[in-house]
Amino acid sequence: MLYFDHCASTPPYPEVIDTLAEVMKVHYANPSSIHRAGAEADKLIGRSRALLGELFAVKPEEWVFTSGGTESNNTAIKGIAKQYRTRGNHLITTQIEHASVYDTFRQLEREGFKVTYLPVSQTGHVDVEQLRQAMTDETILVSVMHVNNETGAVQPIEAIGRMLKSSYPRTIFHVDAVQSIGKLPVVLKNWGIDLLSGSAHKVRGPKGVGILYVREGIQLYPLLTGGAQERGFRAGTQNVPGIVASAKAFRLSIQSAQERKERMEKLRGQLVEIVNAIPELRMNGSEDPQEMAPHIVHFSYPGMKPEVIVHLLEEQQIIASTKSACSSKDSKPSRVLLAMGAALPQASGGIRISFGDEHTERDVETLGEALRQMVDKLKPLERGITTTHELR
Amino acid sequence: MNYDKILIRYGDLIMKGRNRSQFEKRLLQQLKRSLRPFEALTYFKTYGRLTISLNGESYEPIAARIKDIFGIASFSPVLSVENDLEKIREASLMLMKSLDTPPKTFKVTAKRGWKAYPHSSQEMNHLVGSYVLPAMPELKVDVRNPEVELRVDVQEEATYIFVKVEMAAGGFPFGSNGKALLLLSGGIDSPVAGWMAMRKGLELEAVHFHSYPFTSEKAKEKVIDLARRLSYYAGAPFKLHLVPFTEVQTRLAAAKQDNLIITLMRRAMLRITEELAAKNGAHGIVTGESLGQVASQTLGSMNVIGRATDLPLIKPLIMMDKQEIINEAVRIGTFETSILPYEDCCTLFLPKSPSTNPNLRVVEYTEASIKELDQLIAEAVEGTEIMTLTPDAPAQSEDAGEDRWF
Repeated sequence: MLYFDHCASTPPYPEVIDTLAEVMKVHYANPSSIHRAGAEADKLIGRSRALLGELFAVKPEEWVFTSGGTESNNTAIKGIAKQYRTRGNHLITTQIEHASVYDTFRQLEREGFKVTYLPVSQTGHVDVEQLRQAMTDETILVSVMHVNNETGAVQPIEAIGRMLKSSYPRTIFHVDAVQSIGKLPVVLKNWGIDLLSGSAHKVRGPKGVGILYVREGIQLYPLLTGGAQERGFRAGTQNVPGIVASAKAFRLSIQSAQERKERMEKLRGQLVEIVNAIPELRMNGSEDPQEMAPHIVHFSYPGMKPEVIVHLLEEQQIIASTKSACSSKDSKPSRVLLAMGAALPQASGGIRISFGDEHTERDVETLGEALRQMVDKLKPLERGITTTHELR
Repeated sequence: MNYDKILIRYGDLIMKGRNRSQFEKRLLQQLKRSLRPFEALTYFKTYGRLTISLNGESYEPIAARIKDIFGIASFSPVLSVENDLEKIREASLMLMKSLDTPPKTFKVTAKRGWKAYPHSSQEMNHLVGSYVLPAMPELKVDVRNPEVELRVDVQEEATYIFVKVEMAAGGFPFGSNGKALLLLSGGIDSPVAGWMAMRKGLELEAVHFHSYPFTSEKAKEKVIDLARRLSYYAGAPFKLHLVPFTEVQTRLAAAKQDNLIITLMRRAMLRITEELAAKNGAHGIVTGESLGQVASQTLGSMNVIGRATDLPLIKPLIMMDKQEIINEAVRIGTFETSILPYEDCCTLFLPKSPSTNPNLRVVEYTEASIKELDQLIAEAVEGTEIMTLTPDAPAQSEDAGEDRWF
């Protein structure tokens, strides 16, 4: 089986699994307890935090552990909106955010906040100038993802951060970096990032652990109350084994990020060439590989239901995905592709291939062969299995 | 800008007459030890200053470290070129053009340290200025109040060109003025006192009194973290003496002289520290006391407490305001740790109204009435645990668990 859905989740490093099991076995005490066993568990969290501080060149205390990327995003966005409401009522995000950001803003909108959803270009990129125009004196938060989870479009985070720091230093900048950590450089201080979300299971760590960078000096209105854990930003007994194992996964992934990026850029180039050679398929995103994440290839088969494609590929032992896993069960067209201005048939036919460390050029070749066979099989049926949206 | 060297200027040690070379040697040793992680660096000593060649290492992290080394007054990132007029001019222009915000005014300050060079300082000012000006049309000369002063320093081995002068910690190199013990409580003041004492060239070892189980493990860890921070400034392995104070303290508390308990405790601490000093070759005791701050820090209290030891008591903070001390604590990076809410032994058994003017005779009488006091003090000295902390070693929590887990 070839697993091409690393954007959804990744196989954990074997040594991460060992760490998880060993820590779970030994350090079962509650890290908030004052006895020695508790203090030892607490120290493990401290060391994990220190490791993250080192990896991102920030202070250890600036990292908060959560239960995952979704919680990190919720904690950051709601936490800022509620904490700084007196400063202003306006929030800015984009039309292409992951649901854990997008739906959070929708919820805040219902609570009375004014939210601007920035549009994107045809390649799926936000524009710094458009953001500048959307800024008001009331804007307290800007949240932009680093790498789009569907298309892989890399957003101009550095340019946005610098623009905000120089022109709107009081506006807080949140970045959802769930898809970029371990694949692209993520620079907190120089890019002017105030909050940043990450997820362990996207970097070959365990599920159930998220990280959230909260720059020193920023306060969050806590989502969860009931304890002073995580500087009071996130109450609840910490997941000690998960946190330690995640710190290791982040270290292994980040330390090998450059090498991974170079390897995956080659694989991506190879697959893009294959897809471009199949006339029925259409690449989404930018043609410039510099604007796209190295581990994601996203294309459409206009007029064809993506589920059919996924299942046909599966018959050939190939795991690919439609949209993002969090929203792939609804059959509405992709919000991201629609924002990019795609026609409806293309918007509902998105297939995402995402690479992992185990993939080779040969695997991509196998995938290419499977894609060609899939198209051959479906081509005569194109009219028969079109999406409901096209018929509307 | 890719600077290739750092020029280092000495602090107070310039005044040290015949001991000078010894101080210089110590500073060089200190620099090398602190900058050990930057392997490519090479060092070059000339009269009155020191040059570090970067050999490809980047300047910023090294500058961040040098700022905190005692004995250095200031330093500059420099470009070094051959003593050749054209090369000096080109490098000067390149440096001026590389500045983040292009200055509107500047002046050239040339210095001919190597007299065999054909052009005098005055000529050099003109020769370099007249080359830079036409190439940067926005730029004007202002000799009185220039935004940027371009310095051209011609020495025998090379010419050094720079614009930036960064201030460092000043003082004397670590350990160039003898050794003392620092009473490190875990509060805001004592780490600052330690920093100031080290800045004046004292080699320090810290002494901490803990009263487990009345004080917590975390209080002890907090002190270890503070000592580790001080070890960064020491730039050398830093010893922390952890004194088990429980027996002494509970016995003193049982003497039923509530108002004097702080005085009695402090005197016991000094007696223990004096013995530790004798064992460790230290000749003074540094404390974080500030006049009038608490009951034990009134002149009356200090008089009675200080008599418990013959060693000089060094109190760097004695005339500082609390806010000034806090500002220093923030600056040296100990404040955040100091304010962690773990009770230390000084706040334990705190009476409602501690005496601000204890009576020496009553104090001495009380001490004499506790027959086993000498024995308990000897046991505390005996039971003292020594930790050696190094600046580059991981912080307190970083040696938790098994290395393979991380």
